[in-house]
Amino acid sequence: MNMMSATECLLQMCDEHFELEDYQSGVPRWCTGCGDNAILAAVQRLCRDEGLRPEKTVFVSGIGCSSRFPHYMKTYGFHGIHGRALPVAEGVKMARPDLTVFVNTGDGDCCSIGAAHWIHAIRYNMNITVFLHDNQIYGLTKKQASPTSPIGTKSNTTPRGSYLEALNPLSVTLGVQNVSFVAQAVDWAPEILFDIVKAAYHHKGLSFVRIVQRCPEWLPKMLDPWLHDPNKVQLLHHENGLQVSAGMGRVYKNQLQHDPLDIDRAREIASSHETIPVGILYRNPEVPCYEDLRRPDTLRTPELTRAGFNRELDKYTVWPQDAKAKAA
Amino acid sequence: MNETTTQTTLERPAGKAASPAAKKTPVRLQEHIIEIISDSGEGAQKCGQSLGAIAAQMGNGIWTTEIIPAEIRPPARSVAGASGNRIRIGAGYITNGGDETDLVVAFNEQVLLGRVRAKELKPGCIILLESMWRTSDDPKIAASYLETYARVVAAGYKVYEIPMEAECRTLVSDPRRGKNMFALGMLCQLYSLDLKLAADQIVLAFGKKDQSVVDANIRLLEAGQKWAEANLDFCYSIPAVRSTEPQLVVNGNTALALGVLASGMEICAMYPITPATSASHYLSEVFENVGGIVHQAEDEIAACAFAIGASYASKCTVTITSGPGYSLKQEAIGLAVMGEIPLVVVNVQRGGPSTGQPTKMEQGDLMAAIFGSHGDAPKVVMAPGTIEECFYSIITARKIAETFNMVVVVLTDAGLATSQQPFRRPQFNDSWLAPPVDQSPVPAGARPYDWDENTGLARRFIPGQPGGMHTLTGLAHDRDSHVAYDAEINEQTLRFRSLKLAALQKTLKAPPVFGDPEGDLLVVGWGSTKGAIEEAVTTLRAEGHKVSSMHLQFLQPLPPGIKEIMQGFKQVMTIESNWSDRPEDQIIDESNRRYSSVAILLRARYLVDVDCWSEVKGQPIKPGTIRRVMLKKLNK
Repeated sequence: MNMMSATECLLQMCDEHFELEDYQSGVPRWCTGCGDNAILAAVQRLCRDEGLRPEKTVFVSGIGCSSRFPHYMKTYGFHGIHGRALPVAEGVKMARPDLTVFVNTGDGDCCSIGAAHWIHAIRYNMNITVFLHDNQIYGLTKKQASPTSPIGTKSNTTPRGSYLEALNPLSVTLGVQNVSFVAQAVDWAPEILFDIVKAAYHHKGLSFVRIVQRCPEWLPKMLDPWLHDPNKVQLLHHENGLQVSAGMGRVYKNQLQHDPLDIDRAREIASSHETIPVGILYRNPEVPCYEDLRRPDTLRTPELTRAGFNRELDKYTVWPQDAKAKAA
Repeated sequence: MNETTTQTTLERPAGKAASPAAKKTPVRLQEHIIEIISDSGEGAQKCGQSLGAIAAQMGNGIWTTEIIPAEIRPPARSVAGASGNRIRIGAGYITNGGDETDLVVAFNEQVLLGRVRAKELKPGCIILLESMWRTSDDPKIAASYLETYARVVAAGYKVYEIPMEAECRTLVSDPRRGKNMFALGMLCQLYSLDLKLAADQIVLAFGKKDQSVVDANIRLLEAGQKWAEANLDFCYSIPAVRSTEPQLVVNGNTALALGVLASGMEICAMYPITPATSASHYLSEVFENVGGIVHQAEDEIAACAFAIGASYASKCTVTITSGPGYSLKQEAIGLAVMGEIPLVVVNVQRGGPSTGQPTKMEQGDLMAAIFGSHGDAPKVVMAPGTIEECFYSIITARKIAETFNMVVVVLTDAGLATSQQPFRRPQFNDSWLAPPVDQSPVPAGARPYDWDENTGLARRFIPGQPGGMHTLTGLAHDRDSHVAYDAEINEQTLRFRSLKLAALQKTLKAPPVFGDPEGDLLVVGWGSTKGAIEEAVTTLRAEGHKVSSMHLQFLQPLPPGIKEIMQGFKQVMTIESNWSDRPEDQIIDESNRRYSSVAILLRARYLVDVDCWSEVKGQPIKPGTIRRVMLKKLNK
């Protein structure tokens, strides 16, 4: 290991010291009161606190209100196509494991048009942090029911109320083989949101964070019962999970001790209808990451390619008689 | 290219009652087409591939084509279930699968019937037919055999009944597993091929298994050779000239995969689809040895998005698919075009639309490749015309993709995918490889899309480059990659992305003309029809006709000089394997006729009256067919 002098260390620290502004880009064009703003604030704080190098950080998104997120980060960003944020992010991570990769996706993006990728992203378990901005409605296309809209939600495509029970992103995720991190937050409790974002970032594997968020434009009152009655939010805490601060503890009295290694209990909690569980439902650091399974140990040098290529050609080469004799 | 095609001379075999002891003098042939067909799983493919490899080693020109049923295990003894290989062996260089077959080895009469009905056999074709069915315990089978036998004999084919099963049973307990090597032995005798080379092939094929398997197969091989020597009263020899240079014998899909290996691309993302998958099978086997990864994604869209993500953050990446998969990738391809992310997309075309004919050859995806996705999405489209070009086109595609930050589509087809043709062994060149990923700091003030006014080119910023942070977006965007709300910017950027194609076009050379630069008829082709078209042109020129051909490797952009070339000819027509309306149909006239793809392109671009002829039978178009079509056009 290289030993650095104290001065060098200090210089390096100065170099790598980042302010919030180092991650802020443009003025978000989300509506006032939109939960996306809270997520952006939490993530920018995370980047600063963790000193993430902006050039080594990539935010990948799909399409929708949530997916404007990368535009407001002064890092690398990839604002792609509807539903495909996860496979794009997987490609980035496979090619460049040295980059820190985040995904911002919405309930339409992740749970509807991109649902296949969601299931498989859990299974690949690549070291990516995924934020599901779940406002339970299509916002950018102006109010259509999404898979997570509660049954009866009136929207432009369901004027008499939506017909189906809402899909539960937590229980779906917890049902997929290789799941390694599942947490839930709400946009209106920023301190807890930040703690969860931080825990997700520190988990090695695919961290899936569903953030229940308000849409003041299309469903302004939908989450009011939970906002007005803190007891309808259940804080999950554990020495290996979320630790509840005194202040938060005074607001959110409905608390449950839950060991994030207990997947059966996590699935029960995820299925709760009455309360919104907030905290880390499941965390298993032992699940292997696909990129670690797949990335070759060998350094990709031109010499390696040349040798491997010629070895392959040898299998299919018809040699002229004299060359064969020479080789022998 | 062999300038003189010679008619196959076939000495009439003396019939069934052979005099075994007589020493036969081989009849010299310029070329022959041989088929080995069986039910799936009986090893006819292996036998055919080995025959091709042996002939190639002897120094013959070869072209092998797989005969593939649509199902993995079609019912035994079914007309549609013929599985096997077709080998054209010649004294000179062979550029295509040729016309009808001269000699067939058939393991049962039903698969034979399939080939007869498909009109794949030459009149008077020699048939070596497994005779075990004649005495089958099942009266239906015996009757079917006798009926078919009588019918093919009556049709004028020379049928030799061969007790392959019975002969093999004297050596192995399960002849189903060895009959193919017995057949190979017979063919070695019939074509005067070196049995030692055949034994080498067996070692190569079964070397991984235990020695007893190798030994058993060599015994079967020798038995086949001896049986044919003793019982068949004819044999041939096709003069061979041993190459002075090492030759590579692979099929088109293996050549594609080797191209990926040699291009320095490091990730291939794919989803299984016929007929593209075998390229990925081979890559999966070998890519990791040179530090590469084959990612089998959850679907075609994910494969394309994964490749785009990897390209965006690192070196250019490839995704390999066939028609239906290509359709699914179209939206993501639009994103790569908009974001100017280098990407190589290989489409091994098959019969379409929809599921169509998954194992059959067709050139139906050209328009989808050029005009596909949505909005104006300019991309480069290339089509290799030979197995060798399958290899080199991937290296070229990767370079163009990274130089121009564009999507490059490489169109091959099921014909090239499964055909083998020897070509000069490539000499590895370091310049084929992709350069290391640029991680240098971006100069102050540099912008992520700083388009050049004249060429539309812009340097790409790759994650990890300090100072280059920006958000790539599929939305219309300005030089800073900021969302463009201004219509002016949208139009400017459409212009820049389009200019890149023009810039590439300026670097291309006019396609070579095969034959004289002037004449009565020019045939334009693209992709896998190259060898057959050029063979037909060669034949017609030898017959005194003023015909030439031009084969397009770049379909988008079209290289310069095409109009001038076309002006040297009285008539121009394309020959393609995609649909065009038949002028003889009652309701088809000039106002509604749909032309073949390249004919449309040429007519639209050059305002030249380009006719077309197309055939969409799922098989490579035969040189003899092309010759007839051209003659008809000349005589109109």
